[in-house]
Amino acid sequence: MVTETRRKERLDRGVKVRTEKLYAVSGWQEIIYLVVPRLALILGLLILPLVMPSMYWQKVLCSMGTFALLAIAFDFLAHYVGLVCLGGALFTGVGAYISGLLSSSVGLSPALTIPIATLGGGLICTLLLLPCLPLRGVYFAIVTIIYPLAVVRIITALNIWGGTEGISALATLPNIWVEVYLILGMVLIVLFALRRLVNEDYGLVLRGIKDNDQAVKASGINITFYKAQAVFISSAIGCFCGAFLSCLYGWCGLSLFALDFSILPIAATVMGGMGTLVGPMLGACILTPLSEVLRAIGTWRIVLYCVILLAFIVFKPEGLMNWAQRKYHQFEHWEKI
Amino acid sequence: MEVFLYGLARSFTLALMAVGFSFAYGVSRLPNFAHGAFYILAGFITWIFVQSLGLNYALSIIISLALLAAIGAAMYRFILIRVRGMEVSEIIASYALGVAILEALRSRFVGTGFSTPSFIEGTIKVAGVPIDLQRIVIICGGVVVVGFIWAFTHYTKVGLSLRGIAQDERAALMLGIDSDRAATIALAIGSALAALAAVIILPVGSITVNEGYGVLINALAVCVIGGLGSWTGTVMAAFILGFAGILTATYIGSMWEAVVVVVAIILVLLFKPSGLFGRQKEFEERV
Repeated sequence: MVTETRRKERLDRGVKVRTEKLYAVSGWQEIIYLVVPRLALILGLLILPLVMPSMYWQKVLCSMGTFALLAIAFDFLAHYVGLVCLGGALFTGVGAYISGLLSSSVGLSPALTIPIATLGGGLICTLLLLPCLPLRGVYFAIVTIIYPLAVVRIITALNIWGGTEGISALATLPNIWVEVYLILGMVLIVLFALRRLVNEDYGLVLRGIKDNDQAVKASGINITFYKAQAVFISSAIGCFCGAFLSCLYGWCGLSLFALDFSILPIAATVMGGMGTLVGPMLGACILTPLSEVLRAIGTWRIVLYCVILLAFIVFKPEGLMNWAQRKYHQFEHWEKI
Repeated sequence: MEVFLYGLARSFTLALMAVGFSFAYGVSRLPNFAHGAFYILAGFITWIFVQSLGLNYALSIIISLALLAAIGAAMYRFILIRVRGMEVSEIIASYALGVAILEALRSRFVGTGFSTPSFIEGTIKVAGVPIDLQRIVIICGGVVVVGFIWAFTHYTKVGLSLRGIAQDERAALMLGIDSDRAATIALAIGSALAALAAVIILPVGSITVNEGYGVLINALAVCVIGGLGSWTGTVMAAFILGFAGILTATYIGSMWEAVVVVVAIILVLLFKPSGLFGRQKEFEERV
């Protein structure tokens, strides 16, 4: 048995403590300390499409944005409400099919199909998951895994909505700039909106449900209603991604229920840092281009995500973003015991 | 009669698939989401030994059972032990391992040309209905395995200690039960049961990678419907799902089979969220 002779001491930086309160605007140093990380994120995302060398990489940015949104939605549901949804593909699939069906049968333009699919899809997914909401932990995860796979089987079995072929020749968005800025703008909006939401009283209730739902129930709050609202938020984001993808490809089919849409956001969340909301986005920004580069190795890509996922969850469970935040906010030094 | 016999075989297939998962989770609170992957892995390991290396069939079955038990124990020792108690991480870690195994297998084993030979070839007639002997083996195997597990957890020291850990970990620790050792054993046995299910069931069909996800779903469905920690629940749920599946396949159409599973789960969750026979930790675990 080795006895440790030293420990790591962490102290908050003075500027961090000052910027938490009213003194945040007392000097340039404090303002810069607060604004730089946020501005770097916003400007970074907005400039990124401009510096991309080709149309192909701008398309990659679009799919990066969708995965970032899905990862944020997963993180919100898992770490602020305590509902681990392993079937994120259900959301993308439902959103894509709604927008695809509206576009092919009624002939609506993407400007209408995407909002309708977002809200309607969110509603449908919430209704589908409503029976499972009393469950928590493992049980909710178990049931959500089943949904996307079951929907795929139902569509193949009944041969409806284009069956295994899918629906093709849908209306697409006008040009690449609209596509890429729509999704990246949405990432920023969702990110900041959700961060605001979880720090309000509403978020407090949600976190209460995660930590001790009996106590929240005892306070006279209807937890199922709150959980349903959270699922609606999360699934609406997922449905937006699906609708966006169907407009991006001009096609929707069974592959929008595929495992990628469930696994990659989870991997991004674990890699980026659970419970930070920004972290999952960062994880998606790393993993999606990586998987594009590795497109040649086919099915091994999923193996790679899983290995990254395992490595992070076992060896670095805090993730990149928590680590970076710690470095940004705190001093560290070794101290003799 | 035909429906009854095939329904019986199908029910025991489901029970065999679920018993390993149910053992690991119901008994020691470790959700093994790599269950389906272990099942398929065992199938392919047996296939490699029998078809490629030409080993004795019985010997290769024993080897694959032992290998899978080792893999299960290793999964706990090297991965799950670090995230023990954090349910979210446990699920994600084991699911990731399962998906990694399945997708890695997919790159090597393409198509449907893989199957292991039956234990006993041929068919017999039971009450005028022809049924192949492998399905009889499944029924007998199911009875034996479920009975064995029941006896194991009720009458042996190790089995009792596993149940102790599941019911109240702190009290069990105070009584000198090593929680990590018990969990390792539980996962090893759970994985070996997945392998056993694979070698008994797979001769009926062929080994495909996608089947891995199907097995996981079936196991989960049986456990959700039956309620965890209850042997009667697991077996009854397997019977309900098995016969419901066969009945819809014969009278309505085989495409509705998948729908029945989902509808059954949702109905059970709506009216009895802790499963039909779930008793253990009903209140704090679920609702």
